[in-house]
Amino acid sequence: MIEVKSLIKSFDGNLILNNISTKFVQGKTNLIIGQSGSGKTVLLKCLLGLHSPDEGEIIFDGVSNKNMDEAQKTLLRREMGMVFQGSALFDSMTVLENVMFPLKMLTKKNDDEILERAKNAINRVELDKAIQKLPSELSGGMQKRVAIARAIVMNPKYLFCDEPNSGLDPKTAIVIDNLIQEITKEYNITTVINSHDMNSVMEIGEKIIFLENGTKNWEGSNKEIFSTKNKSITDFVYSSELLKKVKKFL
Amino acid sequence: MFYLNDIGKYFIMIRMSFFKPCKWKILKNLIFKEINDLIIESIPIVSILSFFIGAVISIQTALNLTSPFLSKSLVGFATRQSIILEFAPTFMSIIMAGKVGSFITSSIGTMRVTEQIDALEVMGINPLNYLVFPKIVALLFYPFVITISMFVGIFGGLLAMTFAGVPSEAFITGIQMDFEPYHIFYSYIKTILFALILATVPSYHGYYMRGGALEVGKASTKSFVWTSIIIIVVNFIITQLLLS
Ligand SMILES: Nc1ncnc2c1ncn2[C@@H]1O[C@H](COP(=O)(O)OP(=O)(O)O)[C@@H](O)[C@H]1O
Ligand SMILES: [Mg+2]
Repeated sequence: MIEVKSLIKSFDGNLILNNISTKFVQGKTNLIIGQSGSGKTVLLKCLLGLHSPDEGEIIFDGVSNKNMDEAQKTLLRREMGMVFQGSALFDSMTVLENVMFPLKMLTKKNDDEILERAKNAINRVELDKAIQKLPSELSGGMQKRVAIARAIVMNPKYLFCDEPNSGLDPKTAIVIDNLIQEITKEYNITTVINSHDMNSVMEIGEKIIFLENGTKNWEGSNKEIFSTKNKSITDFVYSSELLKKVKKFL
Repeated sequence: MFYLNDIGKYFIMIRMSFFKPCKWKILKNLIFKEINDLIIESIPIVSILSFFIGAVISIQTALNLTSPFLSKSLVGFATRQSIILEFAPTFMSIIMAGKVGSFITSSIGTMRVTEQIDALEVMGINPLNYLVFPKIVALLFYPFVITISMFVGIFGGLLAMTFAGVPSEAFITGIQMDFEPYHIFYSYIKTILFALILATVPSYHGYYMRGGALEVGKASTKSFVWTSIIIIVVNFIITQLLLS
Protein backbone atom coordinates (compact mmCIF):
# COMPACT_ATOMS: atom_id res chain seq x y z
CA MET A 1 0.00 0.00 0.00
CA ILE A 2 1.15 3.52 -0.77
CA GLU A 3 -0.12 6.38 1.34
CA VAL A 4 0.16 9.95 0.09
CA LYS A 5 -0.09 12.72 2.68
CA SER A 6 -0.64 16.42 1.81
CA LEU A 7 1.52 16.32 -1.28
CA ILE A 8 2.39 19.68 -2.84
CA LYS A 9 4.43 20.18 -5.99
CA SER A 10 5.02 23.27 -8.07
CA PHE A 11 7.19 24.08 -11.09
CA ASP A 12 8.62 27.59 -11.49
CA GLY A 13 5.96 29.02 -9.17
CA ASN A 14 3.03 27.19 -10.82
CA LEU A 15 1.21 24.97 -8.38
CA ILE A 16 0.78 21.63 -10.15
CA LEU A 17 -0.27 19.37 -7.26
CA ASN A 18 -2.24 20.99 -4.47
CA ASN A 19 -2.38 19.13 -1.20
CA ILE A 20 -3.10 15.59 -2.40
CA SER A 21 -3.84 12.92 0.20
CA THR A 22 -4.92 9.41 -0.69
CA LYS A 23 -4.15 5.71 -0.40
CA PHE A 24 -3.30 3.24 -3.16
CA VAL A 25 -4.35 -0.26 -2.20
CA GLN A 26 -2.28 -3.43 -2.60
CA GLY A 27 -3.59 -6.07 -5.00
CA LYS A 28 -5.86 -3.58 -6.70
CA THR A 29 -5.67 -1.42 -9.80
CA ASN A 30 -5.73 2.15 -8.50
CA LEU A 31 -6.65 4.74 -11.12
CA ILE A 32 -5.71 8.39 -11.25
CA ILE A 33 -8.08 10.02 -13.69
CA GLY A 34 -8.53 13.55 -14.95
CA GLN A 35 -8.18 15.76 -17.97
CA SER A 36 -4.91 16.26 -19.80
CA GLY A 37 -2.74 18.64 -17.85
CA SER A 38 -4.45 17.97 -14.51
CA GLY A 39 -1.22 16.69 -12.99
CA LYS A 40 -1.52 12.91 -13.31
CA THR A 41 1.96 12.35 -14.71
CA VAL A 42 3.53 14.70 -12.17
CA LEU A 43 1.81 12.81 -9.33
CA LEU A 44 3.03 9.49 -10.71
CA LYS A 45 6.56 10.80 -11.08
CA CYS A 46 6.45 12.02 -7.48
CA LEU A 47 5.53 8.49 -6.38
CA LEU A 48 8.42 7.15 -8.46
CA GLY A 49 10.86 9.66 -7.01
CA LEU A 50 11.55 11.27 -10.39
CA HIS A 51 10.18 14.54 -9.01
CA SER A 52 10.75 15.49 -5.40
CA PRO A 53 7.63 16.98 -3.81
CA ASP A 54 7.83 20.44 -2.25
CA GLU A 55 5.87 19.30 0.76
CA GLY A 56 4.07 16.25 2.08
CA GLU A 57 5.15 12.66 2.37
CA ILE A 58 4.71 9.35 0.61
CA ILE A 59 4.61 6.21 2.73
CA PHE A 60 5.47 2.89 1.10
CA ASP A 61 4.14 0.04 3.24
CA GLY A 62 4.79 1.94 6.42
CA VAL A 63 8.13 3.50 5.43
CA SER A 64 8.01 7.22 4.72
CA ASN A 65 10.13 8.66 1.92
CA LYS A 66 11.22 11.29 4.42
CA ASN A 67 13.03 8.79 6.59
CA MET A 68 14.91 7.10 3.77
CA ASP A 69 18.56 7.60 2.95
CA GLU A 70 19.94 7.29 -0.59
CA ALA A 71 20.70 3.58 -0.23
CA GLN A 72 17.16 2.83 0.91
CA LYS A 73 15.77 4.90 -1.95
CA THR A 74 17.81 2.89 -4.42
CA LEU A 75 16.49 -0.32 -2.91
CA LEU A 76 12.94 1.01 -3.07
CA ARG A 77 13.41 1.85 -6.75
CA ARG A 78 14.21 -1.80 -7.41
CA GLU A 79 10.79 -2.70 -6.06
CA MET A 80 9.11 -0.42 -8.57
CA GLY A 81 8.15 -1.09 -12.16
CA MET A 82 7.03 1.61 -14.54
CA VAL A 83 5.22 1.50 -17.86
CA PHE A 84 5.74 4.85 -19.58
CA GLN A 85 3.17 6.60 -21.75
CA GLY A 86 5.22 6.06 -24.93
CA SER A 87 6.55 2.68 -23.69
CA ALA A 88 10.12 4.12 -23.47
CA LEU A 89 11.70 0.96 -24.84
CA PHE A 90 15.40 1.22 -25.68
CA ASP A 91 15.22 1.39 -29.44
CA SER A 92 18.62 -0.10 -30.16
CA MET A 93 17.76 -3.28 -28.23
CA THR A 94 15.58 -6.25 -29.14
CA VAL A 95 12.52 -7.20 -27.12
CA LEU A 96 14.52 -9.80 -25.22
CA GLU A 97 17.38 -7.40 -24.51
CA ASN A 98 14.94 -4.76 -23.30
CA VAL A 99 13.37 -7.16 -20.83
CA MET A 100 16.75 -8.55 -19.70
CA PHE A 101 18.13 -5.04 -19.23
CA PRO A 102 17.08 -4.37 -15.61
CA LEU A 103 18.23 -7.84 -14.56
CA LYS A 104 21.59 -7.36 -16.24
CA MET A 105 22.10 -3.90 -14.83
CA LEU A 106 20.91 -4.48 -11.30
CA THR A 107 21.25 -8.11 -10.27
CA LYS A 108 24.13 -10.51 -9.86
CA LYS A 109 22.29 -13.39 -11.50
CA ASN A 110 24.12 -15.45 -14.10
CA ASP A 111 23.24 -15.29 -17.80
CA ASP A 112 21.08 -18.43 -17.77
CA GLU A 113 18.95 -17.23 -14.89
CA ILE A 114 18.53 -13.83 -16.51
CA LEU A 115 17.47 -15.38 -19.80
CA GLU A 116 15.00 -17.63 -18.03
CA ARG A 117 13.44 -14.83 -15.99
CA ALA A 118 13.17 -12.56 -19.03
CA LYS A 119 11.59 -15.31 -21.12
CA ASN A 120 9.04 -15.96 -18.39
CA ALA A 121 8.07 -12.29 -18.30
CA ILE A 122 7.79 -12.18 -22.10
CA ASN A 123 5.73 -15.32 -22.02
CA ARG A 124 3.42 -13.73 -19.45
CA VAL A 125 2.60 -10.92 -21.89
CA GLU A 126 2.32 -13.44 -24.75
CA LEU A 127 5.06 -12.08 -26.95
CA ASP A 128 7.18 -15.22 -27.37
CA LYS A 129 7.16 -14.86 -31.14
CA ALA A 130 8.51 -11.32 -31.15
CA ILE A 131 11.43 -11.98 -28.85
CA GLN A 132 14.15 -11.04 -31.38
CA LYS A 133 12.34 -8.03 -32.88
CA LEU A 134 13.30 -4.40 -32.42
CA PRO A 135 10.75 -2.02 -30.86
CA SER A 136 10.36 -0.19 -34.17
CA GLU A 137 9.08 -3.42 -35.74
CA LEU A 138 6.26 -3.79 -33.20
CA SER A 139 2.73 -2.38 -33.09
CA GLY A 140 1.79 0.07 -30.32
CA GLY A 141 -0.01 -2.65 -28.37
CA MET A 142 2.96 -4.99 -28.59
CA GLN A 143 5.32 -2.23 -27.45
CA LYS A 144 3.11 -1.73 -24.40
CA ARG A 145 3.33 -5.45 -23.66
CA VAL A 146 7.13 -5.32 -23.83
CA ALA A 147 7.07 -2.34 -21.50
CA ILE A 148 4.89 -4.31 -19.08
CA ALA A 149 7.21 -7.31 -19.29
CA ARG A 150 10.20 -5.07 -18.58
CA ALA A 151 8.36 -3.49 -15.64
CA ILE A 152 7.47 -6.81 -13.98
CA VAL A 153 10.68 -8.73 -14.66
CA MET A 154 12.19 -7.62 -11.35
CA ASN A 155 9.05 -8.81 -9.45
CA PRO A 156 8.07 -5.32 -8.28
CA LYS A 157 5.90 -4.58 -5.25
CA TYR A 158 4.68 -1.41 -6.95
CA LEU A 159 3.68 -1.01 -10.57
CA PHE A 160 3.06 2.38 -12.18
CA CYS A 161 1.50 2.86 -15.59
CA ASP A 162 1.19 6.23 -17.33
CA GLU A 163 -1.79 6.12 -19.70
CA PRO A 164 -1.05 2.51 -20.67
CA ASN A 165 -3.69 2.49 -23.38
CA SER A 166 -3.19 5.88 -24.98
CA GLY A 167 -2.75 5.58 -28.71
CA LEU A 168 -4.24 2.09 -28.82
CA ASP A 169 -7.47 1.00 -30.49
CA PRO A 170 -10.33 0.33 -28.02
CA LYS A 171 -10.05 -3.43 -28.24
CA THR A 172 -6.28 -3.56 -27.69
CA ALA A 173 -6.70 -0.97 -24.93
CA ILE A 174 -9.03 -3.29 -23.02
CA VAL A 175 -6.67 -6.23 -23.51
CA ILE A 176 -3.79 -4.19 -22.05
CA ASP A 177 -5.93 -2.98 -19.14
CA ASN A 178 -7.00 -6.51 -18.34
CA LEU A 179 -3.45 -7.77 -18.58
CA ILE A 180 -2.32 -5.18 -16.05
CA GLN A 181 -5.19 -6.10 -13.74
CA GLU A 182 -4.46 -9.83 -13.97
CA ILE A 183 -0.80 -9.26 -13.21
CA THR A 184 -1.75 -7.06 -10.26
CA LYS A 185 -3.86 -9.86 -8.77
CA GLU A 186 -1.41 -12.63 -9.61
CA TYR A 187 1.55 -11.02 -7.86
CA ASN A 188 -0.46 -8.97 -5.34
CA ILE A 189 1.12 -5.70 -6.54
CA THR A 190 0.13 -2.16 -5.61
CA THR A 191 -0.65 -0.83 -9.07
CA VAL A 192 -1.25 2.84 -9.89
CA ILE A 193 -2.52 3.72 -13.36
CA ASN A 194 -2.97 7.13 -14.97
CA SER A 195 -5.86 7.30 -17.35
CA HIS A 196 -8.35 9.58 -19.00
CA ASP A 197 -10.16 6.72 -20.63
CA MET A 198 -13.71 5.85 -19.48
CA ASN A 199 -13.30 2.28 -20.68
CA SER A 200 -10.47 1.77 -18.21
CA VAL A 201 -12.54 3.35 -15.48
CA MET A 202 -15.32 0.86 -16.08
CA GLU A 203 -13.11 -2.17 -16.65
CA ILE A 204 -10.46 -1.87 -13.97
CA GLY A 205 -11.38 1.11 -11.76
CA GLU A 206 -11.31 -0.67 -8.43
CA LYS A 207 -10.13 2.48 -6.70
CA ILE A 208 -10.24 5.85 -8.43
CA ILE A 209 -9.01 9.30 -7.57
CA PHE A 210 -10.11 12.18 -9.75
CA LEU A 211 -7.71 15.09 -10.26
CA GLU A 212 -8.85 18.51 -11.38
CA ASN A 213 -6.25 21.24 -11.86
CA GLY A 214 -3.96 19.56 -9.38
CA THR A 215 -6.49 19.02 -6.60
CA LYS A 216 -8.14 15.76 -5.66
CA ASN A 217 -11.79 16.36 -6.35
CA TRP A 218 -13.28 12.93 -5.78
CA GLU A 219 -12.32 9.45 -4.67
CA GLY A 220 -14.23 6.16 -4.98
CA SER A 221 -14.71 3.10 -7.15
CA ASN A 222 -16.16 2.50 -10.60
CA LYS A 223 -19.37 1.32 -8.94
CA GLU A 224 -19.81 4.68 -7.29
CA ILE A 225 -18.64 6.94 -10.07
CA PHE A 226 -21.87 6.74 -12.08
CA SER A 227 -24.09 7.60 -9.17
CA THR A 228 -22.13 10.52 -7.73
CA LYS A 229 -23.66 13.99 -7.78
CA ASN A 230 -20.22 15.65 -8.09
CA LYS A 231 -20.54 18.01 -11.06
CA SER A 232 -16.90 17.79 -12.20
CA ILE A 233 -17.10 14.02 -12.22
CA THR A 234 -20.31 13.86 -14.19
CA ASP A 235 -18.90 16.36 -16.69
CA PHE A 236 -15.81 14.21 -17.06
CA VAL A 237 -17.63 10.89 -17.22
CA TYR A 238 -20.29 12.08 -19.63
CA SER A 239 -18.00 14.18 -21.80
CA SER A 240 -18.63 12.05 -24.89
CA GLU A 241 -21.85 12.34 -26.88
CA LEU A 242 -22.30 8.59 -26.79
CA LEU A 243 -22.28 8.44 -23.01
CA LYS A 244 -24.62 11.42 -22.78
CA LYS A 245 -27.13 9.44 -24.85
CA VAL A 246 -26.57 6.37 -22.72
CA LYS A 247 -27.21 8.45 -19.61
CA LYS A 248 -30.68 9.38 -20.81
CA PHE A 249 -31.66 5.73 -20.68
CA LEU A 250 -30.31 5.19 -17.17
CA MET B 1 22.96 35.19 -15.34
CA PHE B 2 21.15 32.80 -17.61
CA TYR B 3 24.39 31.43 -19.04
CA LEU B 4 25.98 31.21 -15.62
CA ASN B 5 23.24 28.80 -14.63
CA ASP B 6 23.92 26.71 -17.74
CA ILE B 7 27.64 26.62 -17.10
CA GLY B 8 27.08 25.41 -13.55
CA LYS B 9 24.65 22.74 -14.70
CA TYR B 10 27.15 21.65 -17.37
CA PHE B 11 29.94 21.05 -14.87
CA ILE B 12 27.61 19.27 -12.45
CA MET B 13 26.57 17.02 -15.33
CA ILE B 14 30.19 16.08 -16.01
CA ARG B 15 30.80 15.40 -12.33
CA MET B 16 27.65 13.29 -12.00
CA SER B 17 28.68 11.13 -14.95
CA PHE B 18 31.51 9.73 -12.83
CA PHE B 19 29.28 8.80 -9.89
CA LYS B 20 27.27 5.67 -9.19
CA PRO B 21 28.87 3.77 -12.07
CA CYS B 22 27.22 0.85 -13.84
CA LYS B 23 28.82 -2.57 -13.69
CA TRP B 24 32.20 -2.66 -15.41
CA LYS B 25 31.10 -5.45 -17.75
CA ILE B 26 28.34 -3.21 -19.06
CA LEU B 27 30.41 -0.05 -19.20
CA LYS B 28 33.08 -1.85 -21.16
CA ASN B 29 30.59 -2.79 -23.87
CA LEU B 30 29.19 0.73 -23.96
CA ILE B 31 32.68 2.18 -24.33
CA PHE B 32 33.52 -0.15 -27.23
CA LYS B 33 30.28 0.78 -28.92
CA GLU B 34 31.02 4.49 -28.56
CA ILE B 35 34.57 4.04 -29.84
CA ASN B 36 33.08 2.43 -32.91
CA ASP B 37 30.35 5.05 -33.42
CA LEU B 38 32.36 8.14 -32.59
CA ILE B 39 35.97 7.30 -33.49
CA ILE B 40 36.18 4.51 -36.07
CA GLU B 41 33.24 5.75 -38.10
CA SER B 42 34.73 9.23 -38.28
CA ILE B 43 37.97 8.07 -39.88
CA PRO B 44 36.73 7.88 -43.51
CA ILE B 45 35.34 11.42 -43.66
CA VAL B 46 38.31 12.83 -41.76
CA SER B 47 40.70 11.14 -44.21
CA ILE B 48 38.91 12.35 -47.34
CA LEU B 49 38.64 15.93 -46.09
CA SER B 50 42.23 16.01 -44.88
CA PHE B 51 43.60 14.64 -48.13
CA PHE B 52 42.00 17.27 -50.31
CA ILE B 53 42.52 20.19 -47.96
CA GLY B 54 46.19 19.20 -47.64
CA ALA B 55 46.45 19.20 -51.43
CA VAL B 56 44.79 22.61 -51.73
CA ILE B 57 46.99 24.13 -49.02
CA SER B 58 50.15 23.05 -50.84
CA ILE B 59 48.91 24.25 -54.25
CA GLN B 60 47.96 27.64 -52.85
CA THR B 61 51.23 27.99 -50.99
CA ALA B 62 53.16 27.14 -54.14
CA LEU B 63 51.13 29.71 -56.02
CA ASN B 64 52.19 32.42 -53.59
CA LEU B 65 55.87 31.47 -53.43
CA THR B 66 56.84 32.44 -56.95
CA SER B 67 60.09 34.23 -56.15
CA PRO B 68 63.07 32.31 -57.59
CA PHE B 69 65.04 33.09 -54.41
CA LEU B 70 62.73 30.95 -52.31
CA SER B 71 63.51 27.29 -52.02
CA LYS B 72 60.96 24.80 -53.36
CA SER B 73 61.05 23.01 -50.04
CA LEU B 74 59.22 25.91 -48.39
CA VAL B 75 55.94 24.57 -49.75
CA GLY B 76 56.39 21.36 -47.80
CA PHE B 77 57.31 23.32 -44.69
CA ALA B 78 54.29 25.63 -44.89
CA THR B 79 51.90 22.78 -45.61
CA ARG B 80 53.18 20.82 -42.62
CA GLN B 81 52.92 23.78 -40.29
CA SER B 82 49.38 24.75 -41.22
CA ILE B 83 48.13 21.20 -41.07
CA ILE B 84 49.73 20.28 -37.75
CA LEU B 85 49.09 23.55 -35.97
CA GLU B 86 45.66 24.48 -37.14
CA PHE B 87 43.97 22.51 -39.81
CA ALA B 88 44.00 19.00 -38.29
CA PRO B 89 43.26 19.82 -34.66
CA THR B 90 40.93 22.80 -34.98
CA PHE B 91 39.12 22.62 -38.28
CA MET B 92 38.67 18.87 -38.07
CA SER B 93 37.17 19.33 -34.62
CA ILE B 94 34.65 21.78 -35.99
CA ILE B 95 33.68 19.29 -38.65
CA MET B 96 33.44 16.68 -35.91
CA ALA B 97 31.16 19.03 -33.97
CA GLY B 98 28.82 18.61 -36.91
CA LYS B 99 29.23 14.88 -37.33
CA VAL B 100 29.85 13.47 -33.85
CA GLY B 101 28.24 16.37 -31.98
CA SER B 102 24.86 16.29 -33.64
CA PHE B 103 24.85 12.49 -33.44
CA ILE B 104 25.38 12.69 -29.68
CA THR B 105 22.78 15.41 -29.15
CA SER B 106 20.12 13.75 -31.24
CA SER B 107 20.63 10.28 -29.79
CA ILE B 108 20.56 11.48 -26.17
CA GLY B 109 17.78 13.98 -26.97
CA THR B 110 15.62 11.27 -28.50
CA MET B 111 16.09 9.19 -25.37
CA ARG B 112 15.01 12.20 -23.32
CA VAL B 113 11.82 12.96 -25.24
CA THR B 114 10.77 9.30 -25.44
CA GLU B 115 11.28 8.98 -21.65
CA GLN B 116 14.05 6.39 -22.05
CA ILE B 117 16.19 8.47 -19.70
CA ASP B 118 13.36 8.46 -17.15
CA ALA B 119 13.16 4.71 -17.58
CA LEU B 120 16.85 4.37 -16.71
CA GLU B 121 16.39 6.58 -13.69
CA VAL B 122 13.37 4.61 -12.46
CA MET B 123 15.46 1.45 -12.59
CA GLY B 124 17.93 3.14 -10.26
CA ILE B 125 20.60 3.56 -12.95
CA ASN B 126 22.58 6.79 -13.20
CA PRO B 127 21.70 7.87 -16.77
CA LEU B 128 24.66 10.25 -16.97
CA ASN B 129 27.08 7.48 -16.20
CA TYR B 130 25.34 5.20 -18.66
CA LEU B 131 25.18 7.76 -21.48
CA VAL B 132 27.87 10.41 -21.06
CA PHE B 133 30.77 8.65 -19.34
CA PRO B 134 31.37 6.12 -22.17
CA LYS B 135 31.44 9.00 -24.66
CA ILE B 136 34.07 10.84 -22.66
CA VAL B 137 36.21 7.72 -22.49
CA ALA B 138 35.73 6.96 -26.19
CA LEU B 139 36.78 10.45 -27.20
CA LEU B 140 40.06 10.03 -25.35
CA PHE B 141 40.95 8.16 -28.55
CA TYR B 142 40.22 11.28 -30.57
CA PRO B 143 43.94 12.29 -30.88
CA PHE B 144 44.27 9.12 -32.94
CA VAL B 145 41.81 10.54 -35.50
CA ILE B 146 43.69 13.82 -35.59
CA THR B 147 46.97 11.99 -36.12
CA ILE B 148 45.47 10.31 -39.16
CA SER B 149 44.26 13.69 -40.36
CA MET B 150 47.81 15.10 -40.06
CA PHE B 151 49.44 12.28 -41.99
CA VAL B 152 46.81 12.12 -44.71
CA GLY B 153 46.79 15.91 -45.09
CA ILE B 154 50.53 16.11 -45.58
CA PHE B 155 50.37 13.16 -47.94
CA GLY B 156 47.70 15.02 -49.96
CA GLY B 157 50.03 17.99 -50.21
CA LEU B 158 52.88 15.79 -51.35
CA LEU B 159 50.77 14.15 -54.02
CA ALA B 160 49.44 17.47 -55.31
CA MET B 161 52.99 18.81 -55.64
CA THR B 162 54.17 15.66 -57.39
CA PHE B 163 51.35 16.15 -59.90
CA ALA B 164 52.39 19.75 -60.38
CA GLY B 165 55.90 18.61 -61.24
CA VAL B 166 57.68 19.63 -58.04
CA PRO B 167 60.25 16.98 -57.17
CA SER B 168 59.05 15.10 -54.10
CA GLU B 169 62.50 15.31 -52.51
CA ALA B 170 62.10 19.07 -52.15
CA PHE B 171 58.68 18.71 -50.51
CA ILE B 172 59.95 16.02 -48.16
CA THR B 173 62.93 18.16 -47.20
CA GLY B 174 60.40 20.88 -46.41
CA ILE B 175 58.36 18.60 -44.23
CA GLN B 176 61.45 17.79 -42.18
CA MET B 177 62.69 21.38 -41.98
CA ASP B 178 62.99 23.11 -38.57
CA PHE B 179 61.01 20.49 -36.73
CA GLU B 180 59.76 21.81 -33.40
CA PRO B 181 58.46 19.13 -30.96
CA TYR B 182 56.75 21.84 -28.90
CA HIS B 183 54.34 22.43 -31.77
CA ILE B 184 53.25 18.82 -31.60
CA PHE B 185 52.73 19.18 -27.86
CA TYR B 186 50.64 22.32 -28.42
CA SER B 187 48.62 20.57 -31.08
CA TYR B 188 47.82 17.54 -28.94
CA ILE B 189 46.93 19.59 -25.89
CA LYS B 190 44.37 21.34 -28.07
CA THR B 191 43.14 18.05 -29.45
CA ILE B 192 42.51 16.57 -26.01
CA LEU B 193 40.60 19.65 -24.89
CA PHE B 194 38.52 19.60 -28.06
CA ALA B 195 37.79 15.91 -27.48
CA LEU B 196 36.37 16.69 -24.04
CA ILE B 197 34.31 19.53 -25.49
CA LEU B 198 33.05 17.27 -28.28
CA ALA B 199 31.96 14.62 -25.79
CA THR B 200 30.31 16.84 -23.21
CA VAL B 201 28.77 19.94 -24.81
CA PRO B 202 26.56 17.96 -27.23
CA SER B 203 25.65 15.57 -24.40
CA TYR B 204 24.54 18.53 -22.31
CA HIS B 205 22.30 19.84 -25.08
CA GLY B 206 20.71 16.43 -25.57
CA TYR B 207 20.35 15.53 -21.91
CA TYR B 208 18.63 18.69 -20.73
CA MET B 209 16.38 19.25 -23.72
CA ARG B 210 12.61 19.28 -23.43
CA GLY B 211 9.84 18.85 -25.96
CA GLY B 212 9.32 16.48 -28.87
CA ALA B 213 10.87 15.33 -32.14
CA LEU B 214 11.02 18.86 -33.56
CA GLU B 215 12.99 20.07 -30.56
CA VAL B 216 15.50 17.26 -31.03
CA GLY B 217 16.42 18.79 -34.41
CA LYS B 218 16.62 22.26 -32.90
CA ALA B 219 18.77 21.00 -30.06
CA SER B 220 21.21 19.41 -32.53
CA THR B 221 21.62 22.68 -34.39
CA LYS B 222 22.06 24.61 -31.17
CA SER B 223 24.56 22.06 -29.97
CA PHE B 224 26.61 22.41 -33.18
CA VAL B 225 26.65 26.19 -32.89
CA TRP B 226 27.77 26.12 -29.26
CA THR B 227 30.30 23.34 -29.69
CA SER B 228 32.02 25.13 -32.57
CA ILE B 229 32.00 28.50 -30.82
CA ILE B 230 33.50 26.96 -27.69
CA ILE B 231 36.15 25.14 -29.74
CA ILE B 232 37.18 28.32 -31.53
CA VAL B 233 37.35 30.33 -28.32
CA VAL B 234 39.29 27.63 -26.46
CA ASN B 235 41.61 27.44 -29.46
CA PHE B 236 42.29 31.14 -29.15
CA ILE B 237 42.95 30.93 -25.42
CA ILE B 238 45.28 27.93 -25.74
CA THR B 239 47.18 29.56 -28.55
CA GLN B 240 47.61 32.72 -26.51
CA LEU B 241 48.86 30.68 -23.57
CA LEU B 242 51.18 28.32 -25.39
CA LEU B 243 52.41 30.04 -28.51
CA SER B 244 52.51 33.80 -28.00
N1 LIG C 1 9.06 19.11 -15.71
C1 LIG C 1 8.11 20.06 -15.73
N2 LIG C 1 8.41 21.36 -15.61
C2 LIG C 1 7.46 22.31 -15.62
N3 LIG C 1 6.16 22.07 -15.74
C3 LIG C 1 5.76 20.80 -15.87
C4 LIG C 1 6.71 19.72 -15.87
N4 LIG C 1 6.05 18.55 -16.00
C5 LIG C 1 4.74 18.89 -16.09
N5 LIG C 1 4.56 20.22 -16.00
C6 LIG C 1 3.26 20.92 -16.02
O1 LIG C 1 2.41 20.32 -15.08
C7 LIG C 1 1.07 20.26 -15.54
C8 LIG C 1 0.53 18.88 -15.41
O2 LIG C 1 1.19 18.04 -16.33
P1 LIG C 1 0.97 16.48 -16.40
O3 LIG C 1 1.11 15.88 -15.05
O4 LIG C 1 1.88 15.98 -17.45
O5 LIG C 1 -0.54 16.35 -16.89
P2 LIG C 1 -1.32 15.02 -17.25
O6 LIG C 1 -2.45 14.96 -16.29
O7 LIG C 1 -1.83 15.23 -18.64
O8 LIG C 1 -0.39 13.87 -17.15
C9 LIG C 1 1.08 20.78 -16.96
O9 LIG C 1 0.59 22.11 -16.94
C10 LIG C 1 2.56 20.77 -17.35
O10 LIG C 1 2.84 21.84 -18.21
MG1 LIG D 1 0.36 12.61 -18.60
